[in-house]
Amino acid sequence: MNMRESLLSAIDSLRANKLRAVLTMLGVIIGVTAVIALLSIGNGVRSSINSEISAIGTNLIMISTNTRNSDGYATLSLSDVGALSDPLRAPDVEQIAASVQTSAAVTAGSNSARPSIMGVTANYFMINNLDEFEAGDGLTQTDIDTRARVAVLGLGLAGDLFPDSYPVGQVVKIAGTSYEVVGVLTASGGGFSNTDDSLYVPISTAQNRLSNSRTRSGERAVSSIIATSASAERNTAALEQIAEVLRQEHHIVYADDDDFSLISQTDLLDTFNQITGMLTAFLGAIAGISLVVGGIGIMNIMLVSVTERTREIGIRKAVGALRRDILTQFLIESIVLSLTGGLIGIFLGWLISWGAGNLIGLSAPLDVMTVLMAVGFAVGVGIVFGLYPAWRAAGLRPIEALRYE
Amino acid sequence: MIRMRNITKTFHMGETEVHALRGLDLDIGDGEFVAIMGPSGSGKSTLMNILGCLDIPTSGEYLLGGEDVSSLTDDEQARIRNRRIGFVFQQFNLLPRTPALKQVALPLMYAGYDRTDRMDRAAEALKRVGLGDRMHHKPDELSGGQQQRVAIARAIATAPTIILADEPTGALDTVTGDEILDIFQELHAQGNTVIVITHDPDVAARTNRTIWIRDGLVVEHRSPDNGSMSS
Ligand SMILES: Nc1ncnc2c1ncn2[C@@H]1O[C@H](COP(=O)(O)OP(=O)(O)O)[C@@H](O)[C@H]1O
Ligand SMILES: [Mg+2]
Repeated sequence: MNMRESLLSAIDSLRANKLRAVLTMLGVIIGVTAVIALLSIGNGVRSSINSEISAIGTNLIMISTNTRNSDGYATLSLSDVGALSDPLRAPDVEQIAASVQTSAAVTAGSNSARPSIMGVTANYFMINNLDEFEAGDGLTQTDIDTRARVAVLGLGLAGDLFPDSYPVGQVVKIAGTSYEVVGVLTASGGGFSNTDDSLYVPISTAQNRLSNSRTRSGERAVSSIIATSASAERNTAALEQIAEVLRQEHHIVYADDDDFSLISQTDLLDTFNQITGMLTAFLGAIAGISLVVGGIGIMNIMLVSVTERTREIGIRKAVGALRRDILTQFLIESIVLSLTGGLIGIFLGWLISWGAGNLIGLSAPLDVMTVLMAVGFAVGVGIVFGLYPAWRAAGLRPIEALRYE
Repeated sequence: MIRMRNITKTFHMGETEVHALRGLDLDIGDGEFVAIMGPSGSGKSTLMNILGCLDIPTSGEYLLGGEDVSSLTDDEQARIRNRRIGFVFQQFNLLPRTPALKQVALPLMYAGYDRTDRMDRAAEALKRVGLGDRMHHKPDELSGGQQQRVAIARAIATAPTIILADEPTGALDTVTGDEILDIFQELHAQGNTVIVITHDPDVAARTNRTIWIRDGLVVEHRSPDNGSMSS
């Protein structure tokens, strides 16, 4: 008896009891639907956040004070920036920007806000992919060099301070001093900081007027330094060079810990992917449990079916069916059941992830691996949970099976 | 050639043992047409099941065509049932909801014939039992006699040499029973060994030899020509 025959006769016998077949498949349908929907929505969320992170710039390296090893002092300064800019010492660092972060009351006429204030170098906007402006322009090197009292506003902040007028050219008061607004950023989501509600001034101005944070040696501190590596492949090399230069600059001896910490965009992506990967696997495992429950449902019905068809099995054996023939017949029936359930589940899961994707506005594509895995799992469930009933059927003795009423 | 020596069959029903066959000897030659008679519970069906390799004896020797078949595995028995023996039951034992052609094709499928071959042979067998026009009828669309014909067609589909029938006319009226017996007679005429269990002396009278069984033993052989001879 070949596979095709077994398949056709399995389909025949399932068709003879359609309602029961569908009820039997329900567990597998629900399990596969859940697995597919969870995995593809999970993948969709992950890839959308991934692309958002990548949009900030792929080769970014964030350098900040390691507060655990700094005795409460800020450790980074503009002389570090100078050292890191030396192509002989850090050849794989391409660009380098710095920022001083602080906060102060800001007013414009009768409107006021308390935004996060960033004192930044001129290239800060470009490195952070913030170099598109709704109005006006960014900061220039001259602004930095002359400690100009000029400010660039995030779009949200601009709306708060200047609800009815064009902000560029107007004046805002920061900690009581007047600054001229020279630019407004376009809306931008995400990133290392909330750019929408921030205010940017030249780093020199911020160090002089808004922040008096100093390093242990008395230099004016910067909150963070942002570097880019020449390429993604050079990222690791750049990280090593930065660490080496900063250890030299900070006179950290061999055995001591760094007083700064480095986070690269790649690290961030890796960590994020690890978390979402774990989350997806966890949800998938929960959905997998429902698949197992579905499998037990199949086993239950197959056992009932073996009992109900004892006489049929007796007849088949009486006319010459081997153990193997009966075993295959029942095994194929349970595989057909679970596979059909699996295919229906894939379709429903796809439908749900498509609908959910539309609802929250991300694409949750059905990837081939997920589908293959679901199909494989469904067939596996059919085999594992079909084996025992099939084995029972195959082991029936023909005369006893024929006597069965 | 069927040759049985000292065949016993003991069933265990909880504590008690039922000795259905108690050391039975039996010889049946190729091409014989034999009736087996005896009171109810005397062991006829048990004997038939062993003859047909549906069951194995508790002890004793059973040679089928010279080959010892008294202690075969399940699958070896299945092969013999499939190729060399056709079985007809009192209760027909057809698959429910399955058309006649498929019923008859069943042993051919397990014998490994391909689909077209199988359907051809099944149709041929159905024609031989006079059901050429009922091939696609399901059991519940056929009369008792017709159902038994389907069962006979199934028994002869793989062209076995031995046909065993356990009270094949028991569930049928006399006229229909006669027709079924005509078929067995024809199969005998074509050279098959045919063994029929029956309660009906008229049925036995149409065979060449009657074997009487009582309490699990053969007690008498009788053939129409040479009268009665006790064993
Ligand atoms: N599977 C079985 N289990 C227990 N006892 C059985 C079984 N089959 C037959 N018997 C017993 O064996 C004896 C012979 O039965 P059977 O061969 O069916 O007789 P017959 O067909 O001549 O009426 C009876 O006493 C019957 O109850
Ligand atoms: Mg009987």
